[in-house]
Amino acid sequence: MSDDILISADNVVKHFPVQSGSLLHRSKEVVHAVDGVSLEVRRGETLGLVGETGCGKSTLARCLARLFDITSGKIVFDGRDISRLNPRQMRPLRREMQMVFQDPYGSLNPRRRVGSIIGDPLAIHNIADGQERKRQVQELMELVGLHPEHYNRFPAEFSGGQRQRIGVARALALRPKLIICDEPVSALDVSVQAQIINLLSDLQDFLKLTYIFIAHDLSVVRHVSDRVGVMYLGQIVELAPVSDLYGKARHPYTTALLSGVPVPDPDEAATRHRIVLVGDVPSPIDPPSGCRFHPRCPKAQQRCVDTEPALVPRSGDSELHPTACHFPVAEGEDLTEAVPQISVADRVVEPTSSGGERP
Amino acid sequence: MTLLEISDLHVSFRTADGIVQAVRGLSFSVDVGQTLGIVGESGSGKSVSTQTVVGLTRGAQVSGKALFEGHDLLTMSQRELQQVRGSKIGMIFQDPLSSLHPYYRVGWQIAEMIRAHEKHTSKAAARARAIDLLGLVGISQPARRVDDFPHQFSGGMRQRAMIAMAMSLQPKLLIADEPTTALDVTVQAQVLKVMQRLQAEFGTAIVLITHDLGVIAEAADDVVVMYAGAAMEKAPRRQLFYDNHHPYTEGLLQSLPSYGEDRARLRPIPGQPPSLIDLPGGCPFHPRCPYVMDRCRTEEPPLMVVGRRTRHSSACWLPRDPAKRAEVRLQITGVGR
Repeated sequence: MSDDILISADNVVKHFPVQSGSLLHRSKEVVHAVDGVSLEVRRGETLGLVGETGCGKSTLARCLARLFDITSGKIVFDGRDISRLNPRQMRPLRREMQMVFQDPYGSLNPRRRVGSIIGDPLAIHNIADGQERKRQVQELMELVGLHPEHYNRFPAEFSGGQRQRIGVARALALRPKLIICDEPVSALDVSVQAQIINLLSDLQDFLKLTYIFIAHDLSVVRHVSDRVGVMYLGQIVELAPVSDLYGKARHPYTTALLSGVPVPDPDEAATRHRIVLVGDVPSPIDPPSGCRFHPRCPKAQQRCVDTEPALVPRSGDSELHPTACHFPVAEGEDLTEAVPQISVADRVVEPTSSGGERP
Repeated sequence: MTLLEISDLHVSFRTADGIVQAVRGLSFSVDVGQTLGIVGESGSGKSVSTQTVVGLTRGAQVSGKALFEGHDLLTMSQRELQQVRGSKIGMIFQDPLSSLHPYYRVGWQIAEMIRAHEKHTSKAAARARAIDLLGLVGISQPARRVDDFPHQFSGGMRQRAMIAMAMSLQPKLLIADEPTTALDVTVQAQVLKVMQRLQAEFGTAIVLITHDLGVIAEAADDVVVMYAGAAMEKAPRRQLFYDNHHPYTEGLLQSLPSYGEDRARLRPIPGQPPSLIDLPGGCPFHPRCPYVMDRCRTEEPPLMVVGRRTRHSSACWLPRDPAKRAEVRLQITGVGR
């Protein structure tokens, strides 16, 4: 493995057991949250992960950070296999990978002062205490655009955008190499969202950070990412440099996702061909056979029901742009009129489980 | 023809910290069969204003007028309002899980809504209409799904069921408060499509409240941009996006990661929205405005017509004439545009 890879995943699987049925007739089922994901993140780049609710993007991120034990597969961070490390062994590595979460209201303890929240990592890892800790915290606050004199305030005294800055400062305290941002701007208003995106990109340049950036907002992901992975039901269905993904998407799911984004431009909105997918994402407890997208796919054929497509470059794409689809979308192909060539029984039936809305 | 006309609406709440001025002198009108978009960030008063109009803000101090088919909704008794809500004004809210009752079957809830307003309709007939409505909003096998509980529906299906319920009595006006915000992109597209189809079929007017300018660009005929409880700009959709006047509208559009261009640096609006308890004097946007002038700090601009277009107005002291406006902006910022 080459040196410029910071973290890599090889066939990572994460299943969650669930119990269902009555007390006497218990059946053990598993949620296939992440099902065989392989990817590499290079130093200094931003890898975006997109997909709908329940596609496993957040679970994957937590697996990579080893906040979850993984069911199988291998994760290598900075040249070291971390797939089976226990929490104590992971602890020194926590300094190198940090997370920023979606909800700036829920992720900060309301009873603690901002200075001590940001200083926590420094205390836990015995890096600095007393005046030195305060100095470092105030430096961090300044770095993320907060007033250092607000050191003693409580989170409630800050707005949503400022709280997200606090979350970023806390993540930066240990000078990590990797920051996993899980929907860092989705809870923020547009004008403030842009401030945080700019902050993250400045920090990346300044501190040479590597980001894994998870979001459902495709325009935000496009803006921040170098490469983007599209997830569907626990798997990566397409992975590509950002210009390729947004310019010549191969997977019908990617195409549908991109066509569904409401664009803030009336003339463009009027001329766009929107692919409206039928139904919702099926249950990850019992994912469909073959290609998991086949029940909703406008291009589905019998082969998609029978055989699972591999994630490999298609239609002469480069090694950097693999797609898991038997019948990739050609450039300029219009899917709005496509009709699936599979039996009605194999097509989507609306699910009886819940899903489809964002948390 | 005007269906709903709101004029000089003020809504405020007494809180322990002081009086929150949630809506300050808002006026707008909705025409029959049209979609009016109301866009703004959290706390701009976009939801409170419509909730007040249909009598859903208890304990608020309200003044102004809200004429619906010539009758003032703000002076109606709760009983009269109940008659209007549901039968003439339908409502959909952001969170489809909490707006359906978890203990009752989806079809029953729709039928109940119909029977609450039409006493003569039998249970069987109401149920049959519920099935038709579920089919109409694109739920497959409606005759089977009518007896499902809300938890058996996905988020998108619940929101479509809410639309079915809101449309069950063919209201003249549908108030949709962030109807797609909690939904995934592919499901969002389904819901918007259903709303537009129903509007075409029944001629319903829609008030579409959202923070998402993409949804506005797609679905609204006219747009009101709100900030700190007041309308900053009112314009037909294309004017708003391509020929806007208010610096706040401009700032909102510029802070979006553009879909077309590559990774240019975003241009956010600096600072934070003001506290509604302690508003800045003059124009509420002046502390964040790149073109702030002396007058903006002391005098709050009223909505004034822009150019010759009577449907386009803006609450800003910048000149109406584009050439003069550019000149003034250049003087203030030193940057030509």
